[in-house]
Amino acid sequence: MTPFLAQSEPWISFDVAGLAEQFWNNTVDGLALGGIYALVALGYTLVYGVLKLINFAHSEVFVVGAFATWLTFYGLGFRSGATPALSVFEIILFLAIACLAAMAVSGGTAVLLERVAYRPLRKRNAPRLVFLITAIGASFAIQQTLRLIFGLNQQPQIRLLQPEPLFRLFGATVTNIHIILFVAAVLLWFVADYFVNRTRLGRGIRAVAQDPDTATLMGVNKERVIVITFLVGGLLAGAAALFYMMRIPQGAIYNGGFLLGIKAFTAAVLGGIGNLRGALLGGFLLGLVENYGQSLFGGEWKDIVAFVVLIVVLMFRPTGILGESLGKARV
Amino acid sequence: MLAAAATLALGACAARDEGSTSGNTTGSAAAPSQAADAANPRGDGKAVCSGVSIAYAGTINGASAALGQNILRGADLAVKQHNEANPNCQVTLKQFDTEGKPDRAPGIVTQVISEPDIIGVVGLPFSGESKAAGNLFNQAGLVTITPSATNPALATNGWKTFFRGMGNDSVQGPAAAKFLTDTLKANKVCVIEDDSEYGIGLANAVKQALGSKASCSDKVKTGQTDFSAVVNKISTESPDAIFYSGYYPEAGPFAQQLNDKGVTAKFVGPDGVKDNEFLKGAGGGATNAYFTCPCVPEDNFKDFTAAFKSVEGADPGTYSPEGYDVTTIFLKGIDSGIKDRAAMLNYVKNYDGQGLTKKFKWNDKGELSDTPVWSYRVENGRIVNNGQIS
Repeated sequence: MTPFLAQSEPWISFDVAGLAEQFWNNTVDGLALGGIYALVALGYTLVYGVLKLINFAHSEVFVVGAFATWLTFYGLGFRSGATPALSVFEIILFLAIACLAAMAVSGGTAVLLERVAYRPLRKRNAPRLVFLITAIGASFAIQQTLRLIFGLNQQPQIRLLQPEPLFRLFGATVTNIHIILFVAAVLLWFVADYFVNRTRLGRGIRAVAQDPDTATLMGVNKERVIVITFLVGGLLAGAAALFYMMRIPQGAIYNGGFLLGIKAFTAAVLGGIGNLRGALLGGFLLGLVENYGQSLFGGEWKDIVAFVVLIVVLMFRPTGILGESLGKARV
Repeated sequence: MLAAAATLALGACAARDEGSTSGNTTGSAAAPSQAADAANPRGDGKAVCSGVSIAYAGTINGASAALGQNILRGADLAVKQHNEANPNCQVTLKQFDTEGKPDRAPGIVTQVISEPDIIGVVGLPFSGESKAAGNLFNQAGLVTITPSATNPALATNGWKTFFRGMGNDSVQGPAAAKFLTDTLKANKVCVIEDDSEYGIGLANAVKQALGSKASCSDKVKTGQTDFSAVVNKISTESPDAIFYSGYYPEAGPFAQQLNDKGVTAKFVGPDGVKDNEFLKGAGGGATNAYFTCPCVPEDNFKDFTAAFKSVEGADPGTYSPEGYDVTTIFLKGIDSGIKDRAAMLNYVKNYDGQGLTKKFKWNDKGELSDTPVWSYRVENGRIVNNGQIS
């Protein structure tokens, strides 16, 4: 270890040894957080795929889910402080209840948002820019409402599941939370992918995404498809909120969605917005890149690294890594 | 002598405190009792004045708002006590919310300046906003006493209107380093700083004082909630202690994630972290936490604490007594017949008097000469006094 010289700190460091040393730890943590990005990114991608609209209020749909999770824990009688000793069955039961609550609240918020903020504009054939501004406005409105109700501070952390090291992967400690986050992201993505690509409703979504007018002529109820798209995105964001709260129990704060929302949106663009597989890939990639970048360059480069990677990828693949595909016919 | 006075103070209030939930007197033996000659905002009750105001400018609803509200309530208590005792001199406390943001503060400060009845300002609480808006006060000749902005560079701008109500970070930094190495016996310290003016300045002071014992450092960002990369770095360094130079909203999750990773190093935070909100956020990670603060333990001023609770409906927090003290100085000035900004500035410049927390007499830069730094620790889910760092 080199002695620290306060005056000779370079403005950018290349801590290659640090990157190598912490590589696997950062991989595990990056994948876990990337899973959250991916789940939230799915909401951006689905809505964009169908409406060609960036739903900037999606980050607030996520935060509402975080509050619902917290309130469920609180309502079940848990309080801030030490993690309670619960049996596996109880943990699963309570988490399932919280998950359903978060999904219901987030899904409901997303549908409400569509009804209040977007549908009236669609009926009047408003230009696309207006949708964007409305999205930002709705985002602020929800954020400030949460602030009025819950105040400025983080809700005291409540935890049902303490992270326990399960096994070591190339020297990195993998905890139960890591596994849950990663598996949940892949599993929920798989469900979403199956829903969009294999079910009747999913076919409707793809049809509207590809050509709304023709889809309407073929008997697809466009309005219903749009509501379902928002609903699915909201449900996924609610689930993501629960898993996020398991990793970061301080997540219930009125502005907690802002940065995470931007990151998830970035993940969606990185993978190819409108592409479900792209959202998953982009989420994991962003989680990894952020952590590697921090180790290599230092913590203050966290966001810069993430966005530079985004820019570089878009320079060579303007539609993202996997391209835009929700509306494309696929074999 | 000091110990005797403290015992006396404790004995005197034991009866009054009966039945209250506190009962936590750990470390109080080393605490100061309230100086008998401490300035009282009530004055002699005969003051005559009209149409003068003082302002609190700082975060009320913004980031790290709990710190600002502590100060605002302290100021509010002083003004209420003054007005109650002086029917012929009703002073208004005007509130201005900068949200603690350097980019918002100049606009708010311009508003403060444009109200001619304001002749003294309590604030700004944070170093970043102070740096951004300090010169505006200077140009307007409106005196400010900050109850909490600790960045040392603020006093070197040549602002004639800048006064600081507690020790700056060139006092807190070495004191924190001393606490880390002497009290906690740490030989390897990781210094983590956030991206605020305050965090950067304090981290530099601590690193300089620690010298080679500052074995690793990293930076985090305001609003960050996931610290896995920093935690991984710290965990491979296995330091004896971690000094987090920033505010409580980030420190909470950071401490918890360190704890989750099995890092057992002591977690030391400065005044920006010393708040009950930190305990709520850090969960299990708080048990290992210590704080350094140029603020004097508020729970030792029993009269003040009791009055604070009954008037403000909350416990006094970090910098509440300082907010009370600096407001009292303005009130005393008003009571002595001061009506305009120039006279108030002159008054504060030449002020020499004992307050609740310390003696207030400023040098030509607006710094106090005798500024204690205290350490605190977490015990049974509460922040308790851990003694003055000498």
